[in-house]
Amino acid sequence: MEKLHTNQTGGPVAGAPENAKKKMPPWLAGLIGLAVIVGVYGILKLLIWTEVISIYYADYLNLILINMILGLGLNLITGITGQFSLGHAGFMAVGAYTTALVVLNTSGSLVSILGGILLGAVLAGLLGLLVGIPTLRLKGDYLAIATLGLGEIIRIFITNTDQKVLGGSAGLSGFPIFTTFEMAFFGAAITFVVVRNLLKSSYGRACVAVREDEIAAESMGVNLAKVKIMAFVVGTFFAGMAGGLFTGYMGIIQPKSFDFMKSIDILMIVVLGGLGNIWGTLVGAIVLGIVNIFLQDLSSVRMIVYALLLVIIMLVKSGDTRFFVWLRKLFNWKKWTPAFLSKKSGVK
Amino acid sequence: MDFSWLTHFDSFVQQMINGISIGSIYALAALGYTMVYGIIKLINFAHGDILMVGAYVGYFCVAVFKMPLILAMVVAVAACGVLGVLIEKVAYRPLRRAPRITVLITAIGVSFLLEYVMVALVGAESKAYPAGSFGGGNLMLGNIAVDIQRLYVVGITIVMMIVLQFIVKRTKIGKAMRAVSSDADAAQLMGISVDRTISFTFLLGSGLAAVAGVMMGAMFTINPLMGMQPGLKAFIAAVFGGIGSIPGAMIGGVLLGVIETVVTASGASAYKDLAAFVILILVLLIRPCGILGKNVREKV
Repeated sequence: MEKLHTNQTGGPVAGAPENAKKKMPPWLAGLIGLAVIVGVYGILKLLIWTEVISIYYADYLNLILINMILGLGLNLITGITGQFSLGHAGFMAVGAYTTALVVLNTSGSLVSILGGILLGAVLAGLLGLLVGIPTLRLKGDYLAIATLGLGEIIRIFITNTDQKVLGGSAGLSGFPIFTTFEMAFFGAAITFVVVRNLLKSSYGRACVAVREDEIAAESMGVNLAKVKIMAFVVGTFFAGMAGGLFTGYMGIIQPKSFDFMKSIDILMIVVLGGLGNIWGTLVGAIVLGIVNIFLQDLSSVRMIVYALLLVIIMLVKSGDTRFFVWLRKLFNWKKWTPAFLSKKSGVK
Repeated sequence: MDFSWLTHFDSFVQQMINGISIGSIYALAALGYTMVYGIIKLINFAHGDILMVGAYVGYFCVAVFKMPLILAMVVAVAACGVLGVLIEKVAYRPLRRAPRITVLITAIGVSFLLEYVMVALVGAESKAYPAGSFGGGNLMLGNIAVDIQRLYVVGITIVMMIVLQFIVKRTKIGKAMRAVSSDADAAQLMGISVDRTISFTFLLGSGLAAVAGVMMGAMFTINPLMGMQPGLKAFIAAVFGGIGSIPGAMIGGVLLGVIETVVTASGASAYKDLAAFVILILVLLIRPCGILGKNVREKV
């Protein structure tokens, strides 16, 4: 978050020609970006192929990539635009069920799978538009509760509709596990590129302005409703896409996979990586993925760790140094505490 | 849909009493939300889980220490009051000037912490209070049988509301609460200790949640995740009645309980939880300030 600001306003004031020399032409930057993505893909594929990453972990990698998509979508809504959404899992459910229905009712070829995922994403985005127009008028906490309610409504609706259509609480199954590493990887790559480019555009700056101060943004000519809805629709679109990939990853979907806890899992990724920081979201998804491998069988310990992390990250981020002081006392790590933190606690 | 219960007077009365008793529990919990929101503009997500802790403290008092329920309730109120104050001191106070989203995420974290520490301590399975600990049987009003437990719930709630009204309206600390909620900075300038007032608000709200928790536990079963649903419902009730308004929370809670019972009695019990969320979204869209809330204009 802070990084963004220093990029735009901070730093030494360089002369204009020098600045121009440093700037890459957009096509070159795009090409380098593409090369990096293909390179990362190649390396990961090689590692899987040579079984450095075993089949078990390769499978897990898909889930991490899907979580990256979810995290990036939520980060756009909550981290970058500042609209707190707690119903992300609901939009994911829309994408997941759409994809499952498409795959179940067609041949199940690659085209129908990709078409199903796309349709799911579009429907989730449309729902986001439909819901966003009225609810985004709400401020902060109210929006959080309204989106939470919305996610629950979607889940309860799926659980209670005709079993023949959506499978009720037992869910839908009977389709193959179709999500390949390529789908998950390029899904995540596309999401990252879209969110990153959006962030660098005037829309992205408008989003940040809305987060920082709605009234100031509005008086500078930012169309609040438009910007919020744009962010919400893009975020929910990707939630739908991730839902489709999740369907193909699990091979079975149930309404309970898309409950409030799932929304919190996604929020956790975003918070851990840093609200508004898209690189952080990627790191957050990887770190939480690794934590989950270790705590898989201890779900209550996992949730305690999650909860503590949420609280501690928020406290530390707000300049509360008690945690570090406490750690230092606990381990007697005088040297360990970074200088800027001990300085801060000195002031306090 | 089945509306036959409407045409029979006795089942109508029974359903209304059911609705009002459930609504009373929502109202007690909603009071905590509304007071905390009124004073520090925070949705205390952990409030439902304080209710859960109250239910467990009550359970151990009754089942292990063989206390009468009313004494168990007092112990639960004390324990939850302390817990509420502690949570505020440790987790919310350092964030008083932080953006709201930060505090809200912290509150969600505290909520999950309480739930899963409880799972780790007592296990995830449901428990029931010993039979008969909350009275039992039916009271005959003419030829209408009314569950005595439900009447107790309504009675205890009314007593609690009167006590709360007295504290808020007639005591010095109540006056301080009202002052801090209308303008914290001005209140501080007048010599009111804002921190102590906020602590007291948490004490009061958590105590009421504990009463609701013990009654819920004695009527139904308890488990570590039981706080989530009533917590959300109570929040909806608080928004419905107008968040920040104490009478609003009472009215909102009782209305929500009655509406839910009507939906259940009409044969759509699967959609009971849906009803609450639909109400929430409708209220937020049509009248965000709730039934009794005041519409506050934003100042630059």
